[in-house]
Amino acid sequence: MNREPPLPQAAYVFISFVALLRANGFAVAPEQTTAFLAAIELLGPKSLEHIRMAGLATLAPPHERRLTYDRLFDIHFRGGEELDRTGDAHEEEIVRLQEEGRGDEEALYADEANESGLTATRAEALVERRFAQGMVNDALRRLTLLAPRRLPRRKGYRRRRGRRGPWADLRRTLRETVRNDGEILHLRRLRRRPRLRKVLLLIDVSGSMKALTEENMRLGHALSQAVPNVEVFTFGTRLTRVSRALRLKRREQALNAAASLVSDWDGGTRIGDALQAFLAVPRFASYARGATVIVISDGLERGDASALRDAVAKLARRSWRLSWLTPLATGTGFRPQTEALVAIEPFVDDLVQGGTSAAVVSHILSLGQRRAA
Amino acid sequence: MTIRSNIVGIDSPEALERALRAAYYLADEGLATAAYLALALGKPLLLEGSPGVGKTEAAKAIGAVLARRLIRLQCYEGIDAAAALYEWNYPRQMLAIRQAGEESIDIYGESFLIERPMLAAVRAPDSTVLLIDEIDRADHEFEAFLLEFLSDFQISIPERGTIRAAERPVVVLTSNRTRDLHEALRRRCVYHWIDYPTPEREARIVMMRASSVAESTARAVVAAVGKLRREPLTKAPGIAEAVDWAEAATLLHKGGARWPEAFKRSIGVAVKDEEDLHFISPRLDALIAEAAA
Repeated sequence: MNREPPLPQAAYVFISFVALLRANGFAVAPEQTTAFLAAIELLGPKSLEHIRMAGLATLAPPHERRLTYDRLFDIHFRGGEELDRTGDAHEEEIVRLQEEGRGDEEALYADEANESGLTATRAEALVERRFAQGMVNDALRRLTLLAPRRLPRRKGYRRRRGRRGPWADLRRTLRETVRNDGEILHLRRLRRRPRLRKVLLLIDVSGSMKALTEENMRLGHALSQAVPNVEVFTFGTRLTRVSRALRLKRREQALNAAASLVSDWDGGTRIGDALQAFLAVPRFASYARGATVIVISDGLERGDASALRDAVAKLARRSWRLSWLTPLATGTGFRPQTEALVAIEPFVDDLVQGGTSAAVVSHILSLGQRRAA
Repeated sequence: MTIRSNIVGIDSPEALERALRAAYYLADEGLATAAYLALALGKPLLLEGSPGVGKTEAAKAIGAVLARRLIRLQCYEGIDAAAALYEWNYPRQMLAIRQAGEESIDIYGESFLIERPMLAAVRAPDSTVLLIDEIDRADHEFEAFLLEFLSDFQISIPERGTIRAAERPVVVLTSNRTRDLHEALRRRCVYHWIDYPTPEREARIVMMRASSVAESTARAVVAAVGKLRREPLTKAPGIAEAVDWAEAATLLHKGGARWPEAFKRSIGVAVKDEEDLHFISPRLDALIAEAAA
């Protein structure tokens, strides 16, 4: 009988580290574990740092979870003295400015948002929230069903066969030619394949939007599931990227995962600062480029209206079309009254009703039909 | 898994770091370790990081260390197998059919095959380094296609059969992270996130790369660039910008400009966005004075 050789005793500590990572939500494949063990052997290992680096290279923890990785590593290999500080293990999952590896200093945005420093951070309403299990309403069902067909498209750079088009399909033409003893009967054509535009959804989760937050998050999930290339952020006093969480298929699971990331539910609003923070991370800003940008917010700004104005102008320049959906708008002939909405009106393409998910859905589905203003 | 602990005389991350330095690339310990592991384990090396931290340069330096030819595949939206693997030379095939007349002819011979980067790497795995640059620009279709290639390094051409690499080729992938890569792709690779270098290291890089820059200039430029990177700019200056800035300021200084003035006038090589310039200009004097101190 063919028995597998027993693992050396020393390997268990490494394999249990992988298990610990998995238990904390890191996706590690068996082949990566094998590579990890091989890497440790290759490096000596002469120090604990070698093991840490071997793990970083082969187990490939995502960069934004590097801190969690380091903490787990310390717990596992250095013993429990670090345990006390791990209570806020999901802290670094909150996407702030430092996410792009700008060093250890406190995020610029967080600084701006909490002028009075640490006490303000604590005083800030960092609420946890769980979503009630609810039925999908008709509007969301309609979104799921129609979004793949109705959302705005652009010409892609991949080519496909077509009756007409700017390029000759030499491959297909040649094959037919071979069949016809070297006679070209038809010159086949290629055209550009249309692609769905990127969608960027920015959801206001501040106190004034409280009644709608839950519905909007459901909408974000439905949209993420219906089409690819959807990025969803929430903002209030902080900016949080929830796209990854919303890609989970099951709705309750996804919404709870997103809810645990967002820490500023029902707090104040600094839309200008939040948008500036968004634009200052090049990776985030590139999500807006050529995208359909949808902001769901009442525009009740506590911060500086000129900061908001500048941010919206920047966002509008990057995006293909910028829609601002506000529950304050009613009917078609809506004229903004608040200072913030008046300030941004020249830059947004649509300033329309967003008080119910039915209204939001019908606006989103209509985006592909009309040309941007 | 075949493990080679010694690749052309390099038997540890430290040895690789030294070799990279000889190739004018200053790698930190993490990068040297990841690159060494990738070579030793025969896995592709995936480098992620902000634009301008030297990802592509790292691949070039690895090619130089191994004394291999670098084959670069620049990714873009819509890149497909015809651009990455191989393509038939259709006009030539057409011509050959016409010229052959009554005789039979093999139009799928070697002379009709146009080799693209990935096929070239599979055919000569021992003398090439394949650089798949900015994979995040390619679309999901190409990423999925790449997965298959990176696990078994073989290419099948229906008319000619399957070509398998004699040994595992050295592959380096880079990503600016404009979108999340698929988990499966990261799983196949040895991963390293390249950060901006420490001021110490960056000053050494500037002096190594620039032709004639004094150490004090290099330090001042690195300090200023470090401050700029902490500002919310659309495009933060990378290492290449730091080198250019040091070089440009030195040039102006030699032409008679005083120091702070020379820095200020050459800001255009470091900050290349009108909005960013506008944003930073009120504080530029203070920033440069602080950095030069």
